[in-house]
Amino acid sequence: MKPAPFKFVAASSLDHALALKAEHGDEARFLAGGQSLIPAMNFRLARPSVLIDINALTGLAGIDRSETGQVRVGALTRYRALERDGDFLRACPLFADALPHIAHPQIRNRGTIGGNLSHADPASELPALAVAMQAEMRIRSAAGGRTVAASDFFAGLLTTDLASDEMLVDITFPVLAPRSGACFMEIARRRGDFAIAGVAAIVTLDEERRCASVRLALCGVGETPVDAGAATSPMLGSRVTGEVIDTVAAGVRELIAPSGNVHGSPDYQRHVAGVLVQRAIRTAHQRIGHAA
Amino acid sequence: MQPDQHEIEFTVNGTHYRRMVESRMLLSDFLRHELGLAGTHVGCEHGVCGACTILLDGHPVRSCLMLAVQANGRALATVEGLASASGELHPVQQAMHAHHGLQCGYCTPGILMTMTAYLAEHPSPSEDEVREALSGNLCRCTGYQNIVDAMMDAAARMREAAP
Repeated sequence: MKPAPFKFVAASSLDHALALKAEHGDEARFLAGGQSLIPAMNFRLARPSVLIDINALTGLAGIDRSETGQVRVGALTRYRALERDGDFLRACPLFADALPHIAHPQIRNRGTIGGNLSHADPASELPALAVAMQAEMRIRSAAGGRTVAASDFFAGLLTTDLASDEMLVDITFPVLAPRSGACFMEIARRRGDFAIAGVAAIVTLDEERRCASVRLALCGVGETPVDAGAATSPMLGSRVTGEVIDTVAAGVRELIAPSGNVHGSPDYQRHVAGVLVQRAIRTAHQRIGHAA
Repeated sequence: MQPDQHEIEFTVNGTHYRRMVESRMLLSDFLRHELGLAGTHVGCEHGVCGACTILLDGHPVRSCLMLAVQANGRALATVEGLASASGELHPVQQAMHAHHGLQCGYCTPGILMTMTAYLAEHPSPSEDEVREALSGNLCRCTGYQNIVDAMMDAAARMREAAP
């Protein structure tokens, strides 16, 4: 058998799961889709002594559009459900671009959004989406609950703001604003593999079709998703021209500090990130409806 | 530490089972070693190669990335269940045979489970869509072209059979 021994408990309720986590702390891990945790256990890189299976907690899964202007996604919602929900993909179009890049259909049938974000892999797409979209993460523990902005949630390599007794229970994404366009792009050596670099861009115009705001976040080029907002100031208040996009891309190349990996040197990653910034902003801008 | 044992009940290809399993037993190993269903192949054991793909409640999943104990109450399908009781191959199996879609055959069970589910949901795929659907199953023998040809042929035959 590959994983080291552990005690398995199928949680019967959220309170049950949280009580177990409070009792066992860092020794325990929540098991959702298992598409990152089980491989790590097979390699014995992860050796939890208690595994709290939350797959029966169906109340943690689902897409709630009942409040205007936002979508709340339960942490146990699988990629499969997200990619088959046309209304969700229209409200949050970055997901329509990003989900096909997440591994393969078999993985997307099991993997969950909450597991992805809690795992906080820096090459993963969804942390960058959460930062670009300014999502809010709702967190529960046996002692209570709190809400954290996505920008404060990702603390480091595979590390989040979650304490040892806490669980991410749902994520609230603002729907795409009027006069806005969005685009996610990434480059990987093979389909479904970890990104060398990825970029999520959201461009919003004012009534004169000048740039009112730009949200820009990258994956794969740092220990956390990188909020590249600081590089977007040349765009604000101006027309979205090739020249101004080039300036933003140059700023992003300065801003990021990729470490390089087997697929590319830091310089190569920086180059790819800049090209993707250009393409993603241009595409996001083109996608803004002229009637809007 | 005493082995952490659990009693589970589930079906595989319609057959009901009740077994005791240790919690750390992977579903892939359980199918092969405990149930003797060795048609499910084990390749990378970390979710990359796709050889161990089975259907969980009808959807393709990596059986190496699930614990056997998680199969409790679920309906599984493996390659052993594709052919009919009389031994007639599934149209996807027939097409793989006709188009030489395998050489060593190690990846084949995973490809069959992935693609039977895919074609049931997408009866008229393009060749590009077939390649995308196959992207999670590695084959080191064929270069994929014959597998793609087989899937396009199988899709056409299944459309004829059930228009």
